[in-house]
Amino acid sequence: MSPSTWTRQQQVERTIAALALVVVIVWPTFGSAYWAHQILIETFLFGIAASSLIFLSAYGGMISLAQTALFGITGIILGNLATKGGPGGTSKGLHLGWDPTLALVFAIVATTIIGLIGGAVASRSTGIYFLMITLTYSVIATYTLGQVTKISGFSGIGGINRYTPGWIGDILAHPNRLYYIALGTAIVVYALIRFVVRTPFGISLQGVRDEPVRMSSLGYAVPLHRTLAFGLAAFIAALAGVLYAWWAGQVAPGDVDLPQTISLLIMAVIGGLVRIEGAWVGAFAFILMQNYITSNTHVPLLGFGGTLFGGSFNTIIGIIFLVIVVVSPDGLMGLWGRIFEPRRRSTEGPSIAAPAAEPTK
Amino acid sequence: MPDREQVSSWLTWRKWPVLLVVALIAFAFAYVLFITKVQPFGGGNWRTTTFGSAVHDPSSFLKIVLDSLTFASALFIVASGFALIFGLMRTVNMAHGAFYLLAGYIAYEVQQGMTGQGFSIDSSNVNTWEWLVPLLVAAPCIMVVGLVVQQAFLRWTQGQELRQALITIAVSVIVADQIIAHFPRNTSQGQKFGGNAVDLTWPGWTDRFVNLHVGGVQYSLARLVVLAIGVAVGLGLWVWLYRTKTGMKIRAGVDDEKMTSALGINIQVTFAITFAVGCLLAALGAVVWASQSNISSGQDGQWLLNSLVVVIVGGMGSIFGAAAGALLYAFVANFSATYLPTTGSDCCTQYSTIVTFVLIALVLSFRPRGLFGRGA
Repeated sequence: MSPSTWTRQQQVERTIAALALVVVIVWPTFGSAYWAHQILIETFLFGIAASSLIFLSAYGGMISLAQTALFGITGIILGNLATKGGPGGTSKGLHLGWDPTLALVFAIVATTIIGLIGGAVASRSTGIYFLMITLTYSVIATYTLGQVTKISGFSGIGGINRYTPGWIGDILAHPNRLYYIALGTAIVVYALIRFVVRTPFGISLQGVRDEPVRMSSLGYAVPLHRTLAFGLAAFIAALAGVLYAWWAGQVAPGDVDLPQTISLLIMAVIGGLVRIEGAWVGAFAFILMQNYITSNTHVPLLGFGGTLFGGSFNTIIGIIFLVIVVVSPDGLMGLWGRIFEPRRRSTEGPSIAAPAAEPTK
Repeated sequence: MPDREQVSSWLTWRKWPVLLVVALIAFAFAYVLFITKVQPFGGGNWRTTTFGSAVHDPSSFLKIVLDSLTFASALFIVASGFALIFGLMRTVNMAHGAFYLLAGYIAYEVQQGMTGQGFSIDSSNVNTWEWLVPLLVAAPCIMVVGLVVQQAFLRWTQGQELRQALITIAVSVIVADQIIAHFPRNTSQGQKFGGNAVDLTWPGWTDRFVNLHVGGVQYSLARLVVLAIGVAVGLGLWVWLYRTKTGMKIRAGVDDEKMTSALGINIQVTFAITFAVGCLLAALGAVVWASQSNISSGQDGQWLLNSLVVVIVGGMGSIFGAAAGALLYAFVANFSATYLPTTGSDCCTQYSTIVTFVLIALVLSFRPRGLFGRGA
């Protein structure tokens, strides 16, 4: 375990990771509040959501577009359970006014169960079929939330950030608490995924990813592995959903719609669908662009410039996404890894490209 | 393990899910046909719906059947293009919805240019040409856009399904955003509101109701035209795929791409033709359904979802599957929106989307490859 036995890549990466950790820990004390409370918190929580997507993709071979939906479902459940109605309360939702801790636990457990059910339905599919099925989940979640006015309606539920558990306290008055909760959750999620993929379950999940037929012949329950992995990813997405509900204060169908689903996918792809660290790298890159490319930034030859809607951010992010998928399908982490393997051809071995469907000689 | 197969008669536990589903479907049929009632003076129970049972109100029932058929027809036109591309090339064209949207807006602009009327046109001012020419302009435009995307990005990534899906997602993000930046150009106040809803207009002769002489139903001719176009597309595709040389090559390519190409058929040309025809169908569907309903930004996602549901339910990549999936999806969507109980102010028709999900879940749990899907 001593640094001298690490490879050069590990040495560099672990140094960067340690430095980054120190920077984000001391940031609220020394850095700008805008960065801390907008960009960094958002990076942590979307990174958690993206890490659930990357976990499924890298270790289960499944690209799920349902993570945003699960993320929003948690927020909606939390909003319905925790907020209170009446004067000064929220007007939308069921506003049941449960104890926030209980609501928090219930929302996470319920989302995990929904994830397990959805995973069970999709578990016999892989690859592109899985992507299509999870995309329909996501769109169905959006429409259901938009149409069922009792639980959400089109404008969603607001004021969720006023109903945090007592042991956390008032995050509106002390936004740094949310910052450290998000940072801590991100670290725990990262450690959890790193741990899970080393357990017997994680190892056999990777077996299922590479050789589902052989694993099945060896007596492993392939759909069960996929379902459990999807359930774990739903749990992770639920954690991100709680953080998002507290950070944004409101959750609406617009937070889980197709553009949002694709945004999360773009974060994961920019980071790289092969390594968990990529989740936060991708989220950071995406959120930086989102904050600094405004509707006034216009793309030469593409937008008319000055139009209020369109022609700027999405076009730029779309082009970046396209370039990354075409040039380096395993994202920034893949480019980074290639620095340390100069002999590897850049067109070779993208992990999201052709899965091991055909036997190689 | 062989004896387990022998023991399983139809009453073992393995068959219970099937029996349950059959019972549910039977109940749904019975509910719509006989059980449900109208309760005009408020209140109501689980038997209360807007129209009551089919026996009680056959003309409303028939209208909803026809609505479902016409919606299925539009679904089929769009989704068959998606299914065609997927069937041959294993490419999931996630930009299908964006192409649909682009075609709708191009056709709208052309129609506006031809009629010279502002924003909303009365259909009596539109003749057949002023509907056909927008279609004939929009369709080749989308074919060209599709071909460019296919040649530039999909040709050399052939076989990498997930990468192609990601590439087409990127294309759809760019195209949808550019649509919002540039369309619609003709609006009522001369302002540019990115991607707001506009209508294509049917030619004047379709704007009347036809007496069907069944249960006294008067039905919109325009919707019957949608149905006719859908049937024509279905027949056309069948003739093209099963009675022409190109169709034969496509079917050969679906079965075994490498063998087909080894036999001296230029599979790249076949791929290009198929992709262009798939995009053409998206454009045709867009013009037809934008005339019936409208076109607005956000429908790209909706029609991508529609195509996905149809293809997932019907079976990936089969034209018959697309037809079956379109029918099933349209009937379930329309009937759950009108025949779910209406007790109280917000129960239960707003849950109709969930019924669609149940449909997908049921089909996938029994046939993971869809109704007409073939094994992997």
